[in-house]
Amino acid sequence: MRVKLLIPAAILALTLGSAAHAQVADGVVKVGVLTDLSGTYSDLSGQGALVATQMAIDDFVAQEKPSFKVEMVYADHQNKADIAANKAREWFERDNVDVVTDLVTSSTALAVMKIAKEKNRIALVSGAGSTRITNEDCNDATVHWAYDTYSLAYGTAKQVVLHGGKTWYFLTADYAFGLSLEKDSTDIILASGGSVLGAARHPFPGNADFSSFLLKAQASGAQVIGLANAGTDTTNSIKQAAEFGITPKQTLAGLLVFITDVHSLGLKAAQGLYLTEGFYWDLNDGTRAWSKRFFEKHKKMPTMAQAGDYSSIMHYLKAVKAVNSDDAQKVMAQMKKTRIDDFFTHNGRIRDDGRMVHDMYLFQVKKPSESTGAWDYYKLIATIPAEEGFQSLSASRCPLVKK
Amino acid sequence: MFVALVVVGVVAPFLVYPTFLMKVLCFALFASAFNLLLGFAGLLSFGHAAFFAASAYVCGYFCKTLGATPEVGILAGTALAAVLGALFGLLAIRRSGIYFAMITLALAQLVYFVELELPFTGGEDGLQGIPRGRLLGLIDLSNNLTMYFFVLAIFLAGFWLIHRTIHSPFGQVLKAIRENEPRAISLGYAVDRYKLLAFVISATLSGLAGATKSIVFQLASLTDAHWHMSGEVVLMTLLGGLGTVLGPSAGALTIVGLENLLADKVGPWITVIMGGIFVLCVLLFRRGIVGELGALRLTRRIGA
Amino acid sequence: MTIFGVPLPALFGQLLLGLVNGSFYAVLSLGLAIIFGLLNVINFAHGAQFMIGAFIAWIGLTEFGMNYWAALIVSPLLVGVLGVLIERLMLRRLYQMDHLYGLLLTFGLALIAEGVFRNYYGVSGESYEVPEQLQGGVNLGFMFMPLYRAWVVVAALTVCVAAWFAIERTRLGATLRAATQRQDLVQALGINVPVLMTLTYATGAALAAFAGVLSAPMVQVNPLMGSHLIIVVFAVVVIGGMGSILGSIVTGVGLGLVEALTKVYYGQASSVVIFLIMAIVLLVRPAGLFGRTA
Repeated sequence: MRVKLLIPAAILALTLGSAAHAQVADGVVKVGVLTDLSGTYSDLSGQGALVATQMAIDDFVAQEKPSFKVEMVYADHQNKADIAANKAREWFERDNVDVVTDLVTSSTALAVMKIAKEKNRIALVSGAGSTRITNEDCNDATVHWAYDTYSLAYGTAKQVVLHGGKTWYFLTADYAFGLSLEKDSTDIILASGGSVLGAARHPFPGNADFSSFLLKAQASGAQVIGLANAGTDTTNSIKQAAEFGITPKQTLAGLLVFITDVHSLGLKAAQGLYLTEGFYWDLNDGTRAWSKRFFEKHKKMPTMAQAGDYSSIMHYLKAVKAVNSDDAQKVMAQMKKTRIDDFFTHNGRIRDDGRMVHDMYLFQVKKPSESTGAWDYYKLIATIPAEEGFQSLSASRCPLVKK
Repeated sequence: MFVALVVVGVVAPFLVYPTFLMKVLCFALFASAFNLLLGFAGLLSFGHAAFFAASAYVCGYFCKTLGATPEVGILAGTALAAVLGALFGLLAIRRSGIYFAMITLALAQLVYFVELELPFTGGEDGLQGIPRGRLLGLIDLSNNLTMYFFVLAIFLAGFWLIHRTIHSPFGQVLKAIRENEPRAISLGYAVDRYKLLAFVISATLSGLAGATKSIVFQLASLTDAHWHMSGEVVLMTLLGGLGTVLGPSAGALTIVGLENLLADKVGPWITVIMGGIFVLCVLLFRRGIVGELGALRLTRRIGA
Repeated sequence: MTIFGVPLPALFGQLLLGLVNGSFYAVLSLGLAIIFGLLNVINFAHGAQFMIGAFIAWIGLTEFGMNYWAALIVSPLLVGVLGVLIERLMLRRLYQMDHLYGLLLTFGLALIAEGVFRNYYGVSGESYEVPEQLQGGVNLGFMFMPLYRAWVVVAALTVCVAAWFAIERTRLGATLRAATQRQDLVQALGINVPVLMTLTYATGAALAAFAGVLSAPMVQVNPLMGSHLIIVVFAVVVIGGMGSILGSIVTGVGLGLVEALTKVYYGQASSVVIFLIMAIVLLVRPAGLFGRTA
């Protein structure tokens, strides 16, 4: 008799149990922003990443009125993979953080991605650019949101060749990232009918004088000098190229440049520079409206990393609400099912390898005479459609991709 | 004292987050090894990060690529650190004072460069995904608590070794050399050999700390090799108390604790705070935490 | 005609650039050499003082409209005053102790300075324009030489020679050198040694700031600009011989040339070749190339 009652009771208990699982654990979704608050990348992500993420949280709560609370925690990883890994571990193991975002500097992103997978959480990368995130090191706990070295190289290299810059010479930072930028770009240049006359590798980090390397670039006679470096290396290279009379005779193509770099250089030094970005505040009404709000809080216009932080967190939170759970697998499945249609992109989607594909844009930096004021820096040269601008799945080295 | 350490060590992980404790233990070992050289032999090395990092990379390589079990990896890393220590030592010992420090710095920079260029280190990305593995093929170390006790055991072993070295006749000679080298020479001691041995022991234990750290965090990166890391270990030793036995560990606990605590709250101001601590320590607090506490006890005993 | 595959004109161009960098290294190391040679203090804050010097020039320009030429004088003065404060309030207490403490104190001060500037100015860097009178350049045939870089060579080497002359050949210099050997005797002769020492530190810091202003138009002014240079500068001073002003000047220029050659043939190593040289020199001639063993 009692056994007969046991079975329905058990079933009831199990369903109640799984229903409980379908709730958001303790009614709070915690978002962790792990970024560089004080070092080389603090301008392109940093404080702005915190602002953007908080904006996303505030907007989500105001618009969607969810049944759960959303909190933000943050930490400075100082561009060090071990600090990032530590913090992520602590957040996941001890503090019930559900998702980690920004993760500028590829080594930190790669480290945290693994821990997210291990602890069954989610990592949303908007700050870092290495293609390893969606190739060799891919996992299903990660989405690579804003940009990667392939799409940047593709945009700039291909479009510049098409616009007449056929011969190239590279100025490359001698480390994994710089070398992969150079390689990705070289492949695309050759495929588009251009040629690469050579490359000068400069030490990284800590090199401030590029004069000798620029001299080599000048001696090669190439039409375009590709800058396969980032941050202050790029800004110093651009500045010194102008000083040595290398520009405007030869054109510079920045393979990883953010609007904050152009801002610190000034238009006089940066004019004519080709670059690809995933976002620009002045593209359309949607971007302008959002960026204005961002500017009011941060006093600087957003970079694509910061805009990506907002977009990715908003998409995540909407997915959490839709499946009414913060279980990583469920939320990720929902995120991959839904298209992204916001100010950042109108046709974005997340592929199996974790790559969020969206339109990219080739810009050229305006001359001082063409600009109406601060932050009015870019003119749009070409839009690279989402399906074209990113490495195709057939070439992917990601084990998750079914071929 | 050892009993107290063991008791605290065993109880601690149930009160405090174990991964944090493991970080403290690794750095405490690193700082104690460094203190052996600076506090007891009087030799300031500005290149200890080289041993810490090289060992971390080799251990990581053994465990990740060659599939070795963690203790084999750690032994490999430590062995490399010993060899590197002997090499550095042979080159640097002939000089003293600031020249010694500069040679160690130069050699460490060369090691940094090599690590940057070698393919297996992963350069800027670092060596990621080092497996925790199974100790002796049996005990699974991915459980934080198990890993903690393993690290505790390593720390206690290293610490015991340092303690024995300091309180041995060898240790006494080192102190004599630190106090008055010419006199030690005149007493017939082969001073260079003592210094070299101290250097090698210090390097080896630093390597042990580095290899262990790479397993705990499953990561070896260039941060470990940068001269800032060498500077940090000097700070830990100075803050804790130069030439005391427990000082470096106290210093490591303080610095790692501060970094952890403050990372969320003050963000970029952490460098300023570290710098401020440095300055205060040097001006007012030279005996370090343990030194000051020791002096306090002494005055209390002598005084009323 | 090529040398190891590099055409001669290109080589000349690189060597000329090496000369520019070398003279810059020389004037930057000068302050450090003076402070170590005369005070026996290893001034780790040198890189930070260099950075502050550059920032004062930039802030002066953007906030107060102070031009480059004024900055060349004002910035070293201000940093010199800072140096006086550091010496009187902090460094002075450590003279009787191990060198270690002076090094650690200045290391801590460098961290503080860098941290503070980083918080207020970020790290992207700020642009400082080349002053009008020095814009443009000269086409030398094998390369285009910016006027500003030529100016750097002239300014740096002039200051170096002047400093060397002042220390090695004048009465003041002789007094300073005597004071470092026998402070008590010199003091007994009625010379105010503590003031001399303060002024020496201040001068070293001021020289760092001068180098900072010189470099501002060449690179982005950012809080981390002193960080990498500081260890290179140490290497220069150590190789040159830690008591020797001439040593650091010659080594600084020499390093610029060696780096240039490295950049031509094996670019990636150019930032570490200095350490290789330092290790070799210290093993063969421990007191440095021009040093006198104490």
